[in-house]
Amino acid sequence: MNTLIVIACLGIAAMMSEVLGFKKLLLPLVVIGLVAGIVLLANDWGTAIRYYSDMVYFDNYAIAFSSLVIVLTLLWLIMAKEYFDSFSSKTENAALILFCLTGAIVMISYADLSMLFIGIEILSISLYVLAASKKNDLRSNEAGLKYFLMGAFATGFLLFGITLIYGASGSFNLHEISTYIFSNSEHLPLMVYSGILLILVGLLFKIAAVPFHFWAPDVYEGSPTLVTAFMSTIVKTAAFAAFYRLFATCFSDLSGSWGESLAVISALTMLVGNVLAVMQQNFKRLLAYSSIAHAGYMLMAIVVMSKISAGAIFFYASAYSVASLGAFASFIAISANGNEKLINLRGLVAKQPFIAGLICVLMLSLAGIPPMAGFFAKYYLFYGALEGGYLWLVLIGILSSLIGVFYYFRVIYTMFLPREDENEELPAFSFSNKALLTIAAILSVLLGIFPEILQGLL
Amino acid sequence: MLTLILFFIPLIASLLCSVIPREKVKQFALVASLLQLTVTIYVFTLFKTDIANQFAFNYCWIQSLGIAFKAGFDGISILLVALTNFLLPLIILSSFRNENENPKAFYGLILFMQFALVGVFTAMDGFLFYVFWELALIPIYFICLMWGGKDKVRITLKFFIYTLAGSLLMLVGLIYLYLQTPGVHTFDIQAFYNLSLTPEAQGWIFWAFFIAFAIKIPIFPFHTWQPDTYTDAPTQGTMLLSGIMLKMGIYGMIRWMLPLTPIGISEWGHTAMVLCVISIVYSSCMALVQQDFKRLIAYSSIAHVGLIAAGVLSLNIQGLQGAMIQMISHGVNVVGMFYIVDIIQRRMNTRKLSELGGLANNSPLFTILFMIILLGSIALPLTNGFVGEFLLLLGTYQYNVWIAGFAGLTVILGSVYILRAYQAIMLGEPNAKHTEFTGLNKIDKIILISIASVIIITGIYPKPILMVAQPALEDILVHIKYIY
Repeated sequence: MNTLIVIACLGIAAMMSEVLGFKKLLLPLVVIGLVAGIVLLANDWGTAIRYYSDMVYFDNYAIAFSSLVIVLTLLWLIMAKEYFDSFSSKTENAALILFCLTGAIVMISYADLSMLFIGIEILSISLYVLAASKKNDLRSNEAGLKYFLMGAFATGFLLFGITLIYGASGSFNLHEISTYIFSNSEHLPLMVYSGILLILVGLLFKIAAVPFHFWAPDVYEGSPTLVTAFMSTIVKTAAFAAFYRLFATCFSDLSGSWGESLAVISALTMLVGNVLAVMQQNFKRLLAYSSIAHAGYMLMAIVVMSKISAGAIFFYASAYSVASLGAFASFIAISANGNEKLINLRGLVAKQPFIAGLICVLMLSLAGIPPMAGFFAKYYLFYGALEGGYLWLVLIGILSSLIGVFYYFRVIYTMFLPREDENEELPAFSFSNKALLTIAAILSVLLGIFPEILQGLL
Repeated sequence: MLTLILFFIPLIASLLCSVIPREKVKQFALVASLLQLTVTIYVFTLFKTDIANQFAFNYCWIQSLGIAFKAGFDGISILLVALTNFLLPLIILSSFRNENENPKAFYGLILFMQFALVGVFTAMDGFLFYVFWELALIPIYFICLMWGGKDKVRITLKFFIYTLAGSLLMLVGLIYLYLQTPGVHTFDIQAFYNLSLTPEAQGWIFWAFFIAFAIKIPIFPFHTWQPDTYTDAPTQGTMLLSGIMLKMGIYGMIRWMLPLTPIGISEWGHTAMVLCVISIVYSSCMALVQQDFKRLIAYSSIAHVGLIAAGVLSLNIQGLQGAMIQMISHGVNVVGMFYIVDIIQRRMNTRKLSELGGLANNSPLFTILFMIILLGSIALPLTNGFVGEFLLLLGTYQYNVWIAGFAGLTVILGSVYILRAYQAIMLGEPNAKHTEFTGLNKIDKIILISIASVIIITGIYPKPILMVAQPALEDILVHIKYIY
């Protein structure tokens, strides 16, 4: 809980730093604040306290996911450092990111549907601005506008759903809703089912699942790459945490009504995301579609809804986000010469073998090849799905993993091919990008070999 | 402890390759692989034939999920580990003349491959087996990608996706078995052996495993990746693939498929057997018409391993013994064959049969050694190939006369295509277009002579191999026999 306050205050401090003149100290301050946030969270491990008449509930689930998003933000800051340095409106952006993080933590720890809504709004509104933060870039403006229009629609659905649930159960509180559903499971009004459906649409929209994914590639491509990296890792993790929390606490008894359709959506998301990724020539767009596909895998855990689901989502989100952040860092570095195409990676092995090796590790992790973290993450999901009797979903997962290999390996072998102009210099990787890549690769291997570090938590 | 040492020598050596100076790295790799060979010989001397799971190492890897890092040796494992560790120094030595732009990565990957292969052959835990199985794929992919021929990108990707598809099916099978284990689920192989699965489930598991192994081996109709990959890969990559890696598939059948799905095999084994026979006849015929010597050996390899797979599926001790000894013989012979291809290509700049001829005049030693390796691969008595193929055909004969009849064609067709190649390359008039064939250098001699001597020694006295494998194979058969 204290973490939430610390990070919110940090956001305000970031906004004030320009006026009060401690702009130079901002980055160290943010880092210290985030680390303090993790320490405060770790301190609460195992306590499960409900705050403010049960508005937020910090159980182990919330603590684990909050720590994950904060750690990911710290990793993200490594690559953001120079970007912020070169940016005129550094303080605003830092403040917006911190508000996003606040929203994410509210989304993770809510115990009340109104808090869920508030969390999503805090997160989204900051993101709309961030997506459009390259003021002079047409594509960035397009991304911001698209994201805003689509996001507003989705929020509308979500809000309508929440209202219907409230109408039936008379409460926003997750606990009370679940008691209501449990005790009236024989004769629930249609309102509940429509409410679930609408909430489902709203949330699926946020995680960009097929068929609610159309906004994602354009927004991901148009936004500044750093913001894309933030959206496709930290925001996605928070959205999944919120999704799972709601459906596990309130609607798991009714899984008959939404389980099958969600299973189909999960299968479609994996397939469509991966198939479309294969066709991309633009590296950033490829990562965007890959991020859609990974959401499909994580949905599997929500479909199955067993005792390992929370752990599976947590592990998958960590493995995927770490590798993905690394991949975005390499994209930022490599596209410094203005070429966002995949072929811009050519010659990397010859020119910078160490970097190329690190990118290989990350791609192998994203493709789910042992011994990388991505493999154990997929294994854990498949295991859960098979235990729950979803063999067909696992088979589709396997099929789409194979399709995934196709484009992740395209990244790998492109690096091995020679450049058309042999003498052309490749953009140099800055120290912070190198550092992030190294950390991401080490974490990907480490989590793959010793998955118990995270697997036992939830 | 010894098991761990066998794991860590190649692993640490492969990591060290990145810090050793460029000029020294090949010597370093050779020393590391020789050290590994020495330890293997030491393990062999300590090995007792009648005890299962020796030198066992068991470490709780992911406790809550019942996944253990459990490895050990029995008669089957030790023979394949010995094969791996015997061939690796030869493979490394064979690359000494290469002008390699990036030797650190090359030798690092080869040694890493060795680590993964030792892991596959000793893993006694399903999850661990799967991890090593996949791990072996990564180095070979990069070896083929970095040093392959001109069409390498397409071919290596096809190879990777093909084998990964099979492995993922196997993963589903393994998870299914895992979920069937009573109490706290476990991947332990003994727990898997003790399962009593329904006949229907066994049928499915059989196919999930069989396809995975059949792709690796490869067996018709899952073989299409193989000729291209073998032809396009660098010589050392081809040696690793054909000499050792395809043994993973056969080993997997013996260790992970037969004891687990006896009913599945009794139901579907016949279909699989027919596929093996088709594979033998088809690839022998393909080998007959090849012009490229390397591709010819690639097809002949499919024929040989098809027979090994048929021997395994015949489910009797002769067939399994034959499979064990033939795995070793084929591994040794095929590495020799591919090295001969390499020697010829290096000196003559071509592998086309029509462009070669009359090499015998220039180098008598090469002619003799080539002949010995060739005789081994067409299974002449007193060579290693004969022992294996005889036992394999005996085993398949007991299974079904017709199958044995068709499988036996491999011996006849095998002689035809190999002798045809030998004739075209070594005999006749020298082809005027090409440079003179120079004699063997020291490295060539070491490699070819050690291979030729293994061919003759195991051909005359195969008993030690048979004795080592016997108890372990009988253990495997016990799981099958109670069905009949």
